[in-house]
Amino acid sequence: MKTVKIFFIIFFIFSFNHLKANDDENLKSKITKNLRCLICQGQSVYDSDSEFANSLKTLVDMKIEEGLSENQIYDFFKDKYGEWILYDPIFHKNTYFLWLLPLLMFFLGGAIIFKKLIKKN
Amino acid sequence: MKNKILPIAFSLIFIIIFILFYKGLQDTSIYTPKSKIKDKVPVFSVNQFNSDKTISSSELFKSDKFYLLNIWSSWCVPCRKEHPLLMELSLRENIELIGLNYKDKNKNANSFLNELGNPYKEIIFDKEGIYAIEWGAYGVPETFIIYNNMIIEKYIGPLNEQSLDEIKNLIK
Repeated sequence: MKTVKIFFIIFFIFSFNHLKANDDENLKSKITKNLRCLICQGQSVYDSDSEFANSLKTLVDMKIEEGLSENQIYDFFKDKYGEWILYDPIFHKNTYFLWLLPLLMFFLGGAIIFKKLIKKN
Repeated sequence: MKNKILPIAFSLIFIIIFILFYKGLQDTSIYTPKSKIKDKVPVFSVNQFNSDKTISSSELFKSDKFYLLNIWSSWCVPCRKEHPLLMELSLRENIELIGLNYKDKNKNANSFLNELGNPYKEIIFDKEGIYAIEWGAYGVPETFIIYNNMIIEKYIGPLNEQSLDEIKNLIK
């Protein structure tokens, strides 16, 4: 019975392998998911079917073919449209608060729990 | 004393977050890219309209002259509205109008120009909409004023009487 179980687990894990598609296609969807569609706000370029988003998808394709790296492509769009086009904001003085607040909350919460536990003991 | 610090800190954080969110509510959620004025003209080579020839940005924009690049399309309704203003501007000698035909069909674009007139000295053809992105545009119509290979002014959306006056003042 145990060997059957192990067999099924291994089969289950390996059955996910076929999901791994072409690398370029993966990179394209990763990049377009991180680009904001500027005329259909609230949607990524990947999700949108607007004229603007479709042009962006074509351009991302071309840039990948030219051999540009993921970061170079982000830099290109950042240069044209500003940082707002990226869903993943970069860590600099305008975004310190955004990046550090969750960490601060986490440590504060941890400290409170720690303090309570010490008190109980 | 120690017991008091925590509630005070919490209420402070709460107040700060409340103010931030409240201010955020009043902000407009529609974002327009910062107009990148004083930026260099992008370098590109693109197909000419109604021809198989390509033309480069350096051939299009000579220094010491004013240019107006207008992104238009026959399917774009606001383009129709601003077209008479472009026709008026094309009569002036100190500015050259260049059209960037955006994601259009050749036949429709030609009938648009036949119907309303052609204000452009040169038209470039952007079938995929990728050259418009090089300009940092995100739709039609959009207008750029260029001088000495620099973008000196940018208008998002159709031109109106007020923007036309601004352009006329710029090129005086």
